[in-house]
Amino acid sequence: MTERDDLKGVNERMRALLARTTHGRDDFEDLVIVPLFAVVVALICGALIMLATAVDLPTIGRSFVALAVGSVGSLSAWSETLTSAIPLVLAGLGLGLGFRAGLFNIGAEGQLLMGGLAAVMAGFALEGLPMVIHLPLTLLIGASVGAAYAAIAGILKATTGAHEVISTIMLNLISFELLNWLLRQPWVQREGRSDPISKSVPDTAALPKLLDFIDPNLRLHAGLFVMLVAVFIVWWLLFRSKLGFAFRASGENPSAANYAGMRAPLIIVLAMATAGALAGLAGANQITGVLGRASPGFSAGIGFDAIAVALLGRSHPVGILFAGILFGGLEAGGRQMQVDAGVSIDLISIIQALIIVFIAAPLLVRAIFPWGFRRPRNGKKGGAA
Amino acid sequence: MTDVTTTPTQAEKLDSAANRKARVMGGILIALALLVLFALDVVPGQSATFRLTTARDAIQLPNLVVPGAFNMVCAAILAFLGVRQFLEGGARWTSLSLGFGLLVLVLAFLVWATAGTAFNLTSMLKAAVLASVPIALGGLAGVMSERVAVVNIAIEGMLLAGAFAGALIGSLLGGWIGLVGAILVGGCFGLLLATLVVTFRMDQIIAGVVINLFVLGVTSYVSSQVFSEYRHLNNAKVFRAWEIPILSDIPVLGPMLFNQNLFVYGAFILVGVATYYLFHTKNGLRARAVGEHPRAADTLGIDVYITRYVHVTVAGMVAGFGGAFFTLGNVGRFEENMTNGRGYIGLAAMIFGRWHPVGALSAALIFGFADSIQQKLALLNTPIPSEFLAMAPYIATIIVVAGLVGRSRPPAADGKPYVKE
Repeated sequence: MTERDDLKGVNERMRALLARTTHGRDDFEDLVIVPLFAVVVALICGALIMLATAVDLPTIGRSFVALAVGSVGSLSAWSETLTSAIPLVLAGLGLGLGFRAGLFNIGAEGQLLMGGLAAVMAGFALEGLPMVIHLPLTLLIGASVGAAYAAIAGILKATTGAHEVISTIMLNLISFELLNWLLRQPWVQREGRSDPISKSVPDTAALPKLLDFIDPNLRLHAGLFVMLVAVFIVWWLLFRSKLGFAFRASGENPSAANYAGMRAPLIIVLAMATAGALAGLAGANQITGVLGRASPGFSAGIGFDAIAVALLGRSHPVGILFAGILFGGLEAGGRQMQVDAGVSIDLISIIQALIIVFIAAPLLVRAIFPWGFRRPRNGKKGGAA
Repeated sequence: MTDVTTTPTQAEKLDSAANRKARVMGGILIALALLVLFALDVVPGQSATFRLTTARDAIQLPNLVVPGAFNMVCAAILAFLGVRQFLEGGARWTSLSLGFGLLVLVLAFLVWATAGTAFNLTSMLKAAVLASVPIALGGLAGVMSERVAVVNIAIEGMLLAGAFAGALIGSLLGGWIGLVGAILVGGCFGLLLATLVVTFRMDQIIAGVVINLFVLGVTSYVSSQVFSEYRHLNNAKVFRAWEIPILSDIPVLGPMLFNQNLFVYGAFILVGVATYYLFHTKNGLRARAVGEHPRAADTLGIDVYITRYVHVTVAGMVAGFGGAFFTLGNVGRFEENMTNGRGYIGLAAMIFGRWHPVGALSAALIFGFADSIQQKLALLNTPIPSEFLAMAPYIATIIVVAGLVGRSRPPAADGKPYVKE
């Protein structure tokens, strides 16, 4: 570490900070080149890991072909990609909003699970309502329960200072147990079943399929529009509303926000609740759009993958949208890969983890690919790596 | 002049926050008292019998018989503590009251659950010590890295990596080499964390989360891709318990502490060594200086980067050792995500234990105790669903973290990258 490199680091941090606060002055390198390199390097590392576990070269080739075909190669592939992307984007929006407010919410998984569970219950308990009321109400209940669950961690942080990382992790673990218990209760469990599985959501509370006039197997559902509306609302909330400004200000500099008269405890609770509402909505979407019922572990790690999506999207709603579609594509392609090439889908989670490493440490990408970036950063400090 | 005007308001603010927390904790304690009074009431005349020794033990102790009225006493103690907290708002004893209150709650719960039957307390305590080992080692790994101001969320991943390496290398080359391999693999992930956060200045929490995701991905991938086909790669020999002569004959304490496997002794020894190192050696003082005020440490000629690298790597090795417990010290086989959040509980134990090795060990023993209660009580016919018992340690963690954070102070520079000038 020479002094010059360190100065460069300081400048870089300053730039990163500025790029995040001043919306519109997007840094092409940070927003396009770094993610691009991250994805490429992660895929290469994935191939190396396959090599290391004695997968032969033709199979590796086949698995990458399957990954591409399964994610974007056909209409049904696109349908699968978008279907997987919807909950990732929704939960990712919430997490990104939390990051902006300086909250590291690991609890999206639990919030998503509670939201989905509430949606299932609302779905079968309110059977008989017309769809125009039933479906929005179901989604709303899912979102509110997610919000309430996240607010627990927010209130704890605001009143006692309990770190949200630990409290949300614990709330996740608690929600898993709560789900397992609820699914065995007679008023939730499906009649005539001994395994833990809930009653089904009636059609009036199910998100309509969008492409079933082409092929009934296409799973893409109206949650797509919910997702797009949520992207817009979160963008508006963050960058055009007073509350969003308070979120961002307290995330960038809590003491400055405090002196500017913003009430930090209230902002923490509100930010957590909004994030939880979005995660709960993701769960409700998954239930009403795809699964139709709740079973143990129905959240399937979406809440954790959404952390990666939010980081990859740089906590910007539009970035999260694209990151979510990328991760959705990886999920859909990964399933195809498992079928076609017999390579475990767990490989996808390795690739995803690697993507985040490279995204979250731009210095690392710059060190690996010095030629990918303009040499003379800031005019005079030359000599990358 | 500004100092004079702002100091009182600042002090008032702190004071009101402390008061509020004391009141919240008071409320919780009162709620617990009501819980004990109404939910955990024992039918009059019934009593709980705890067996302390088995017929094979050298020294026999009579059974401990606790009358049901004990729970009334517990409820009264909890109510007294709660009301005191609530009315006086004294922040001085908040954490102590809370800890004592939780202990009383656990005792009342045990008496309630065993009322009318008998129950082997010693075997439960032995299981508790065993269950606390990975948590204690995880917490110790947290202490080692947070004392040099690197937040270590990656403990979970390091434990999992240690468990995996222990099973794989242990199956191929035998237990001892497997153990060394697990320690080295844990150390590698410590080194990776240090590289990411010290050299590449990645956000420490993100780096930790990523390592967890990565380890979970790799180990699950290998176990479904390779272990499912080649079973002999995942069949390590387990370290058996070593009985320490004489000491293991002490009733209750003997089976608990002196008839356990290598990992239990290792955890206790490491905690002792870490305490001595951190608080009684020159290098330990330097490490703590790096955690509290890196710039000052740098000025005095301590290399902040090297110190952080070394300590985070050592933390990884400790966590790798703790992870090997899951496979080499317990079942001998690796299963997907077998650490199951223990690393995070270790993190909570570290906070609970105030960033002190002995504190982390004590907290881990409490968590282990809760864990073993949950497992043993599944055998007794309690009307509480097992899911709620499983939840109890997590809820306790939240209460403890909420109740203690203000009083336990992390190293001042914790979580902040250091950029040399």
